[in-house]
Amino acid sequence: MTAHISTTSSNSTLVLEAHELCCVRGERELFSGLNLRISAGNCLHVRGENGVGKTSLLRLLTGLSKPESGEVRWGSQAIALDPIAYHRELLFLGHRDALKEDLTALENIQMYAALDDIALSQEKALASLWRFGLRGRENLPVNCLSAGQKRRVLMARMLTRQAKLWILDEPFNALDIQAVHELQNLMIEHLSAGGLVVFTSHQEINIPNMQVLEL
Amino acid sequence: MRALLAIIHRDLLLVMRRKSEVLTALFFFVVVTSLFPLGIGADTALLRKIAPGVIWVAALLSTLLGLHRMFAADYQDGALEQLVLSPQSMVLLVTGKIIAHWIVCGLPLVLLAPVIGIQFDLDAGSLSVLMATLLLGTPVLSLLGSIGAALTLGVRGGSVLMSLLILPLYIPVLIFGAGAVYANSVGLDTSGHFSLLGAILILALAFVPWVSAAAVKIAIE
Repeated sequence: MTAHISTTSSNSTLVLEAHELCCVRGERELFSGLNLRISAGNCLHVRGENGVGKTSLLRLLTGLSKPESGEVRWGSQAIALDPIAYHRELLFLGHRDALKEDLTALENIQMYAALDDIALSQEKALASLWRFGLRGRENLPVNCLSAGQKRRVLMARMLTRQAKLWILDEPFNALDIQAVHELQNLMIEHLSAGGLVVFTSHQEINIPNMQVLEL
Repeated sequence: MRALLAIIHRDLLLVMRRKSEVLTALFFFVVVTSLFPLGIGADTALLRKIAPGVIWVAALLSTLLGLHRMFAADYQDGALEQLVLSPQSMVLLVTGKIIAHWIVCGLPLVLLAPVIGIQFDLDAGSLSVLMATLLLGTPVLSLLGSIGAALTLGVRGGSVLMSLLILPLYIPVLIFGAGAVYANSVGLDTSGHFSLLGAILILALAFVPWVSAAAVKIAIE
């Protein structure tokens, strides 16, 4: 037993697996018997037409919804067994930006750091916002920012979150060419640091070590 | 514990940025309770008799006004998903939101009660009993209300449904809260009322956060 633990406590724990996933929405079966496996440093691009179940798949992988059958495993353990430990390693960004409109960009970043149990100094939070071109806008309420700028605040959150696994639903939406480039670099940085990324997008994305899943 | 303080701080900060919603509920409480003395006239004996009931009913209704805000805004902008996905127990976060709601919607009622009571010609003894019952009772209102707020997430016309779900559950608090003030005014012992209010509060504290957390998880699934 102890030998087993020592082998899994190394980098090999960073594997996200889906085993025979089946997803049903209402009366319709979106997909069934879906298997996937992503290990540290790898990236999965989920593609498919609208309504084919990309977002549903991502929500299953985060544990927000439960599969009809099958299971999702993180480091060979089902995520339902210890959701809090799994959520510590996970960052999920959905369609909606989840930023509080009445708070400033800086306050949003700090608020999420406190909730995610991360020690984040003010300088670090500011530096992350400045990196994505929000210098001078860090103290504006988020409802004064444009859609693209809100996504940039989310990029700052990705940088500060210190999660191993990123699950991103349409992260390239509303971004200008420059920001698309910056987000790709951010993802490549994350992958080369041994992280994992699962994302959906309708654009052509060039990232090394990328697998594509066609739904 | 840090997460509990963080969520309370967050919710209070959000309220401070948008004061109108909270002030509406408080203003409602003040106006409704002031309408009765104006409508009934200067019959002090009658006013004293109806005061506990009127003030308590107004407190129930004004708590209800602020309830839909507890989860609905976070549900709509996706922040509730992020809370569920944060490495914190959802029970703790829901407890934090309930505490924040009570600080904003319950505590001011306790502090306003003596001012309102003067309009009903309540004496100092009745006023202090009234404040004590509100202090014990309003947290129960926030706690029970959180179940309704969580269950009606994403339902169209949810706030009407929530009132129908929650108001019957408020009846015991109303009976013992208003009853204590009345008992005190006719010279009866109020300790029984207070014990029951305290018991309801402890029971609600022990079970409601789990129920609301489960309801929130169902809503976002």
